[in-house]
Amino acid sequence: MSILNSKVPEGPIKDKWTNHKNHINLVNPANKRNIDVIIIGTGLAGGSAAATLAELGYNVKAFAYQDSPRRAHSIAAQGGINASKNYMGDGDSDYRLFYDTIKGGDFRSRESNVYRLAEVSKSIIDQCVAQGVPFARDYGGLLDTRSFGGTLVSRTFYAKGQTGQQLLLGAYSAMNRQIAKGKIQMFNRHEMLDVVIVNGKARGIIARDLVTGEIERHSAHAVVIASGGYGNVYFLSTMAMGSNATAAWKAHKKGAFFANPCYTQIHPTCIPRGGDYQSKLTLMSESLRNDGRIWVPAKLEDAKALQEGKLDPNKIPEEDRDYYLERRYPSYGNLAPRDISSRAAKERCDAGFGVNKTGEAVYLDFASAIQRYGKLQANIQGIVNPSPEKIIALGEAVIEEKYGNLFQMYEKIIDANPYKTPMMIYPATHYTMGGLWVDYNLMTTVSGLYAIGEANFSDHGANRLGASALMQGLADGYFVLPYTIGDYLASDIKTGKIPTNTPEFEEAEKAIKERIDFFMNNKGTHSVDYFHKKLGKVMWDKVGMGRTAQGLKEAIEEIREIREDFWKNVKIPGKSDDMNTELEKAGRVADFLELGELFAKDALDRNESCGGHFREEYQTDEGEAQRVDEQFSYVAAWEYTGKPSEAKLHKEELKFESIEVKARSYK
Amino acid sequence: MNLTLKIWRQKSAQDKGQIVEYKVKDISDHMSFLEMLDVLNESLVAKDEEPIAFDHDCREGICGTCSLHINGEAHGPDRLITTCQLHMRTFKDGDTIFIEPFRSKAFPIIKDLMVDRSALDRIQQAGGYISVNTSGNSQDANAIPISKPNADESMDAAACIGCGACVASCKNASAMLFVSAKVSQYALLPQGRIEAKDRVTNMIKQMDKEGFGNCTNTGACEMECPKGISLNNIARLNREYLVASI
Repeated sequence: MSILNSKVPEGPIKDKWTNHKNHINLVNPANKRNIDVIIIGTGLAGGSAAATLAELGYNVKAFAYQDSPRRAHSIAAQGGINASKNYMGDGDSDYRLFYDTIKGGDFRSRESNVYRLAEVSKSIIDQCVAQGVPFARDYGGLLDTRSFGGTLVSRTFYAKGQTGQQLLLGAYSAMNRQIAKGKIQMFNRHEMLDVVIVNGKARGIIARDLVTGEIERHSAHAVVIASGGYGNVYFLSTMAMGSNATAAWKAHKKGAFFANPCYTQIHPTCIPRGGDYQSKLTLMSESLRNDGRIWVPAKLEDAKALQEGKLDPNKIPEEDRDYYLERRYPSYGNLAPRDISSRAAKERCDAGFGVNKTGEAVYLDFASAIQRYGKLQANIQGIVNPSPEKIIALGEAVIEEKYGNLFQMYEKIIDANPYKTPMMIYPATHYTMGGLWVDYNLMTTVSGLYAIGEANFSDHGANRLGASALMQGLADGYFVLPYTIGDYLASDIKTGKIPTNTPEFEEAEKAIKERIDFFMNNKGTHSVDYFHKKLGKVMWDKVGMGRTAQGLKEAIEEIREIREDFWKNVKIPGKSDDMNTELEKAGRVADFLELGELFAKDALDRNESCGGHFREEYQTDEGEAQRVDEQFSYVAAWEYTGKPSEAKLHKEELKFESIEVKARSYK
Repeated sequence: MNLTLKIWRQKSAQDKGQIVEYKVKDISDHMSFLEMLDVLNESLVAKDEEPIAFDHDCREGICGTCSLHINGEAHGPDRLITTCQLHMRTFKDGDTIFIEPFRSKAFPIIKDLMVDRSALDRIQQAGGYISVNTSGNSQDANAIPISKPNADESMDAAACIGCGACVASCKNASAMLFVSAKVSQYALLPQGRIEAKDRVTNMIKQMDKEGFGNCTNTGACEMECPKGISLNNIARLNREYLVASI
């Protein structure tokens, strides 16, 4: 019997959440005034939770490493947010959204959490519209939607190519209202460096003021980690430069189990890599796959000519192009899920069909969409016998309205016009499905320590569908945590303020100060980035899109070596009692160097392929991921025991009562 | 390419800053401007010198963290992009580039090129929201139809990333474009009309309190705005403010 208790309520799946809400403890409004909650991170999950908890009456202290809560990386989400509104009348329902999400996650997520997510998705759209989020609308004034990967309905609401920005600014506006009232105390440019546990309960944090370097103690009755994912373990990713795993990793080291670290999403449509100087990768939204067709040349000699820059892709005739997603997955075509599309791109490029000078790029082509929209517009505008140029001009205008900002972004980076030459894209790390293990109430294995949004593991299984991250972040923050945290805090109404002058706080602060002193006094030879780039290369080469037992064993060894070297030879200039960006990075990379090892260990342990975790030993004859349900239908929750290599595995068996488990097919 | 950089260095808000010259070599024209600064910073760390502090995060032009006055222009010479999207191909071998922080009384310098823009947050806190609690039972999203032109115009105003380039570009250090973008987003939506008068009054009051200057219609803000926020929003702000004042 596992020590993990997921606390999933009894009853039929569609009634679980309602029943649960009806029976959990509530805190009366007068008592909420006496309860403090700390929230780490102000993205969609943290921002929406902070605003909602403050509205309910709790005293919220919110922390962000950025200079304003509005800058959290949720802002960069482009394409949209899913909700089972069925405004299009195309057969959508809570069940279908639930089903698509479970199947998309390759049957590795917890059924009850996912159903709840689908259930509350509709309320998110209502809430955001009430807040003034300017979603796209059609000419009748009603909300417009589009399609995303892994679904056969149109359920993705959007605000141009800036949906994440608009939703985050909505949550930020709700926070601002509470900051003005004094119900949220906002700590910008602050980084959480440890969680403080008192008598087995999370009761506060140690944070560093990034401007003054001061180490601060903050107490609360509960602590919520909403600090996002750990994709920057790869160095290059679509995350923000500052995105880091420190809050989650410190929580892990203080007793919170870390679940499924090997489930990472490699997004298929990113701008390909350039040189060694590259600092990050840029995503091109999945929404582009509504209209773009992905292809590589069918002939190796054409690919070679493209790689040498000797051929114009527009000159390759239709019959010599391989639209490999349409070929392999006729029913989903270019909208096959992310993990599958990424692997298919890698497979073609590994076979030599890549189209740029490194051979690591495929085309995303809008020519046929421009034709289609151009002809449609000509009809609408009553233009008889339009010239080919007119059709292209009309079509390009439609594409510009839909995706203009993305096309501009591409053009600035690559210096080529994607209206005229097909875009070049390649997969890149984008999201991490793994994270802190949480129960149905979103509480980690430490009492009073919660994890929401990307920082937890619960909803996306082994692969996340597009436009579901925004949905989950806001579901957790607006509609789930504010209920479930009350159940826990109801027992704290008589506790009173948590003092910070206790040995627990003292000890945690001392450890942090010692670590900082070590960094400042270590007369090393290399910058932090030197080690981070080395780690990133090992992760990408051996723990990336394709993994093998041999490669993973090597990766574990290599990560250990880099870590040892880091602690001996890292060099931090400047002072600790000052703004010091190198010192900030050092702490984050130190944690990535441990997390990376657990990541590889988890990948080695999971002898199957599922979703974003592709073990090359486990694939079908057609090269599809092959799950081994008899042995691996569980959540791997790792307990920290002193070293990443000695982490102890706990299993939460996954039971599927409302859905038939089968091979995941998008053919 | 090889470049001469003249960069503002300042230890803290209290310190008197100065321009310091650096040479960088073998810069690829595919690099982004910030990657070029990364290269410089790596070389400074190698020499045991303190790297240049500058704000940046998403590096894809949406978070609004990056700033920098480059050769006298907010976000550099290119149009409709942020500094992080600026690429070195915009410059030529042998160029001298001046890099300074966004300058305004309301944006005190923290260190080197990093400034404190929390004044913009405080303006938003004064009224940049619709007073609606999270409930899970607000009316259905489609119960409030909004004409497409209004929804689109609202979205165009809402695209503001809060970087402060408008303030840095204005000879009066006015934040009118920033404030007008938020006021317009809500003014164009029925949900936002209910509190429209209080919102515009309170946001303007806070704007004045923070020490931002007045608008004299030079249009520099619109020209330098990385998101193309239109001056029409300032006209709308003035109208809203006038209506609220009488």
